[in-house]
Amino acid sequence: MEQLQLKKVDIIFGWDEKVTPIDVYDKTIKKSADSIILDMIDSGLKGRGGAGFPTGLKWKFTRNEDSDAKYVICNADEGEPGTFKDREILDRVPEKVFTGMAICAYVIGAREGYIYVRGEYNFLLKSLQKKVDLFNQQLAERKSDFTIYLRSGSGAYVCGEESALFESMEGKRGEPRNKPPYPTVSGYNGKPTVINNVETLVYTCEICRMGSEKFKSFGTFDSRGSKVFSVSGDTPTPGIYELELGMPLKDFVEEFADGDAKAVQIGGASGHCVPRKKFNETIIGFEGIPTGGSMMIFNSTRSMYNVLHDYLEFFTEESCGQCTPCRVGCQQLLKGIEAVKKGEKSPTYLEDLKKLTLTMKIAAKCGLGQSVANPFISIVDNFKEEIIY
Amino acid sequence: MTNTENLVHELVEKHGRDRNSLMPILQGLVSQEKFLSEEAMIAIAKELDLSAADVYGTASFYTFLDTVPRGKNIIRICKTISCHMRNKDEIIAVLEDQLKVKVGETTHDKRFTLLTANCLGWCHKGPVMLVNDEVFPEVTPQKAIEIVEEYIKKSN
Repeated sequence: MEQLQLKKVDIIFGWDEKVTPIDVYDKTIKKSADSIILDMIDSGLKGRGGAGFPTGLKWKFTRNEDSDAKYVICNADEGEPGTFKDREILDRVPEKVFTGMAICAYVIGAREGYIYVRGEYNFLLKSLQKKVDLFNQQLAERKSDFTIYLRSGSGAYVCGEESALFESMEGKRGEPRNKPPYPTVSGYNGKPTVINNVETLVYTCEICRMGSEKFKSFGTFDSRGSKVFSVSGDTPTPGIYELELGMPLKDFVEEFADGDAKAVQIGGASGHCVPRKKFNETIIGFEGIPTGGSMMIFNSTRSMYNVLHDYLEFFTEESCGQCTPCRVGCQQLLKGIEAVKKGEKSPTYLEDLKKLTLTMKIAAKCGLGQSVANPFISIVDNFKEEIIY
Repeated sequence: MTNTENLVHELVEKHGRDRNSLMPILQGLVSQEKFLSEEAMIAIAKELDLSAADVYGTASFYTFLDTVPRGKNIIRICKTISCHMRNKDEIIAVLEDQLKVKVGETTHDKRFTLLTANCLGWCHKGPVMLVNDEVFPEVTPQKAIEIVEEYIKKSN
């Protein structure tokens, strides 16, 4: 397997002053929609929100739908504990996000685009609105009929799930929908919709600027390009970093941890917890452990019981309550580890709880309930004695 | 019409009567009145031709759409893991002591409500405190007290 060393890059925030995002738009829309889609597919860009669906295909499927209205939605409902990259992107290079949206709109034939910003980031809205207005004006000057609007969330983690986000935008409880149909067929207002994460849209802009060949030269065969990582926990250098995908976790720990790391939670609360003994063999990328970007480092002073307890409390509170496996499952897992810790249940009860997470993985309606198994099993398996004693 | 009904009417005029306008209308009310009263939700339901239960169903789903009265200033302390690791408990304790309330309560003078939040997106700069829409990262107990004092001064 192709393996990289950790490499920092500066694509997103490294500005080439000579080329502005609107220049990228002007240059790109001279090409046909089909050729832009081919560039996206060729670049190998996969969604940076965590699920990793190929962006070019998403655009292609939506373009192929016949509909009187289509939408482009930027998912800025970043709510995974440990993730804060989208806020930084929206704050520092929002025009690149708008450009990605406008190019997507050109490709699929959309007239309206929305940026759904999580309620916790309301402080960004005022300055963002000014920049959106300016960008919309630039689009209007180019005779484009595409307009971007801002929408604010109201504090619900599950609204980061694309169909729950549509429900929220439609004035309903943010509960995930049954799939299929997928958003490319029936999204916002039941119309074909491309919904991309903030970072994904920035990379679409960058691919249009630098070309797919150049983008492909970053990362590995399975994990093309770079990505922004949010680093937090026991690290002397918390913050956001743009790194090439496909690096060994060992390199990441050497670069960012405090020398005493015993575990790294990759992909936020819903991701996998990797213990020290597996740092060497773990690859960060689609060929190893994919991540939306959150990297939380825990050193030997931390109780992994407390870490898991925090995650389970989070999921219990943020479960939308619609489907039983998630609503009841999260509560039972939380009560379960508390009971084991207090000695009210035998340690073997953890095995029953693991089976419950596997049921949730199969039976829960959306990614929230499905992914609780990731932290639960990886922490219980690797730090069992800390959960029990 | 009451003040609340007037406000609802203004917001409906601004955002429209479509169901898609419900969230911005609810958000507009919360920013003005700090919570969604029964009167407000019934007024919205009438204006948008929805059942009041439907409006309540949406309103009660979201953390930032309060359906119980809140103080003029809402303080939220992030309680998830990164802030926990950076002693968010100390910040909560010092604020509970300063405001003489527990988490979830509102001060007698209705100036402050103290709440916790599930991740505010500042995991690298915890502990973090959100007052209304204003963010304060890397808060120390001393800094938390000063922030509240500033808000008291502003509202005097």
